[in-house]
Amino acid sequence: MSTDTRYLSMDLLRFTTAGSVDDGKSTLIGRLLYDSKAIFDDQLEAIERATEQRGEDHLNLSLLTDGLRAEREQGITIDVAYRYFATPRRKFIIADTPGHIQYTRNMVTGASTANLAIVLVDARKGIVEQTCRHSFIAALLRIQHLVLAVNKMDLVDWSEDRFNEIVAEYKQFASRLEIPDIRFIPLSALHGDNVVDRSTHMPWYHGGSLLYTLETVYIGSDLNHVDARFPVQTVIRPNSDEHHDFRAFAGRIAGGVFKPGDDVVALPSGIGSRIKSIHGPAGELSEAFAPMSVAMTLEDNIDLSRGDMVVKANNPPQATQDIEAMLCWFSEKKLQPGGKYLLRHTTRESKCVLKAVRYKVDINTLHRKAGDLEIGMNDIGRVHLRVAHPLLCDSYQRNRATGSFILVDEFTHATLGAGMIIGTPMSELPGPGTVEMGGL
Amino acid sequence: MSTYHLTHLAQLEHEAIFILREVFAQFERPALLFSGGKDSIVMVRLAQKAFAPSRLPFPLVHVDTGHNFPETIRFRDQMVEAVGARLIVRYVEDSIRAGRAQEEKGLNPSRNGLQTVTLLDAIEEFKFDACLGGARRDEEKARAKERFFSHRDEFGQWDPKNQRPELWNLFNGRKHPGEHFRVFPLSNWTEMDVWQYIAQERLEIPSIYFAHRRSVVNRSGVLLADTPFISLLPGERFEEKQVRFRTVGDATCTGAVESSASNLDEIIQEVASARVTERGARADDKRSETAMEDRKKAGYF
Ligand SMILES: Nc1nc2c(ncn2[C@@H]2O[C@H](COP(=O)(O)OP(=O)(O)O)[C@@H](O)[C@H]2O)c(=O)[nH]1
Repeated sequence: MSTDTRYLSMDLLRFTTAGSVDDGKSTLIGRLLYDSKAIFDDQLEAIERATEQRGEDHLNLSLLTDGLRAEREQGITIDVAYRYFATPRRKFIIADTPGHIQYTRNMVTGASTANLAIVLVDARKGIVEQTCRHSFIAALLRIQHLVLAVNKMDLVDWSEDRFNEIVAEYKQFASRLEIPDIRFIPLSALHGDNVVDRSTHMPWYHGGSLLYTLETVYIGSDLNHVDARFPVQTVIRPNSDEHHDFRAFAGRIAGGVFKPGDDVVALPSGIGSRIKSIHGPAGELSEAFAPMSVAMTLEDNIDLSRGDMVVKANNPPQATQDIEAMLCWFSEKKLQPGGKYLLRHTTRESKCVLKAVRYKVDINTLHRKAGDLEIGMNDIGRVHLRVAHPLLCDSYQRNRATGSFILVDEFTHATLGAGMIIGTPMSELPGPGTVEMGGL
Repeated sequence: MSTYHLTHLAQLEHEAIFILREVFAQFERPALLFSGGKDSIVMVRLAQKAFAPSRLPFPLVHVDTGHNFPETIRFRDQMVEAVGARLIVRYVEDSIRAGRAQEEKGLNPSRNGLQTVTLLDAIEEFKFDACLGGARRDEEKARAKERFFSHRDEFGQWDPKNQRPELWNLFNGRKHPGEHFRVFPLSNWTEMDVWQYIAQERLEIPSIYFAHRRSVVNRSGVLLADTPFISLLPGERFEEKQVRFRTVGDATCTGAVESSASNLDEIIQEVASARVTERGARADDKRSETAMEDRKKAGYF
């Protein structure tokens, strides 16, 4: 067989792209897709036709990335769109989030599953308010890798000085964020410099091209493989004679590693047992880790159902009815003090009530908004929620999967907001100058 | 360095299985929409894995346009039997006879749009509250913004401007009576991923996906197969070509591509170097730039 089986070792990188209008985001994505052959002839033809109909003269690549009719008519992107391309090393999922309207909602949504964020700046304009906002959201959502893509270098004569100036300014600002891996790449999306291939115009730049960076950034340690967490999704109980006594707990491992023979505890009951077998998509496993979907059988016939969690005996999560969290609000209806919401966390849903808004963040400056505790659409704030049943959780900083939740409207069923757990209420808040990144 | 590594295909597989189980857990009467095409074949395999050793906990539903390639129907029936699944078939023909749908005017009417009527009727008849589909975001740009859990109002309509944000692994399947969800576990898969998975799992697929000789007519760049549902326009003629299909669907609008790819490896190589999207061979998407979006809003798959 002449099989090309390289795909059997490719991995997956999810990233977001953000920038202000006209920084060149669509051009950059268009180029990544085009150069990796993810744009097809018929798609190109379709946008050529559409460009012509609109009476525009240059090929409008944003038509490729703006999906819906309403958007095309208004000429704006209003929702997160997902795009795909692959190189022999990696498959990429881009969460393309618009920079302007409903930016917080879309950026937060896109960032929630991303490994890496590309933040675009225009080399002529440098760091602007939006750069800070986008970086803050990336940091808040705990994206571990950020690329500051300094675009339109052709318009500043490929100047190393200008690039260094922007890097220095950004570094100063970003020292307040907790992003472990920040990289800087000078590029020209329009001309393709440092997008796929190294630029010949900027010999002073010794780093890799954007695509090379995306292909090689190490993401293997981004997931939590320390704290074993298995939220039960559903119970598999075949009613056939052959598998009469089979009962397995199905779910996606939210953290850590499980092996047959491990001593585990079922929460919230606190009953202990031992793992008998773990079944993955390809059969029985000798170990399973996040984010695998598996089915587990236990040695003892204990009661476990959706919303419960299996953990290792020596390493339980927090179990608390009171949580402090950073909350991003998506709804036109403002967050109500004393308001009741449905809180969905791992595989569990509970009622909760908003006890207090601690502060509201000015996402452009990273400062707290003094004297303003009203959380409206696209606002972010720190809140105290009281939950009807103890939440089995970790801080978001420790584990994205067990530290995140959404709030749902009891009546309309709309998803109203998204939260990142900081911990339990403390008597004291940090000093007024600081805005938490979700950790602590 | 951590050794806990999953390939991109494994990650997609674990994600899809999670979604399938989530549907089973959050809904009372789910169904899996099954066309007999490669995406729905992958869906069935994933569903088997998600619930093993149980049988599929939901029926397969096929909305039959009547404009089929016989190979696909034969394949469908064999597969359903092998899997031991329950198959429900509802016919567009019946919707037309009952006056609930109207055949398109003109030559070679396509029944693709009419499937929506039959599908929504089936959803009402069986009170399905979640329909699993094999659609992918990479297929078409209106799908790029589709959610995994896509809410439909009581008229089965999709409101693209008012979608629920989806964050992390938290899927909100709450709804009012009469509303339902379409759920797309393969959202993050590309055509390439699907083929790679079929190769990895050694899945059987209908023979029309492999190169074969067939009589076709070239209609504005789309190669349509010689079937009882196609009549020629003046000046057109059927000619025999070596072709294969990249999707299976209504035979009046599913185009073939010239190809000599006769096994999975060759198909994977062909897809890797293809310059036309798989939907590019579908006449129904060429009707207007927003054809897909308009159909989806009305309740299409
Ligand atoms: N000179 C120059 N122009 C660019 C570059 N990248 C994008 N542009 C232009 O900047 C304008 C805005 O780009 P676009 O990609 O639509 O920006 P978006 O709003 O961020 O998506 C377009 O006219 C592009 O051709 C670049 O690297 N150099």
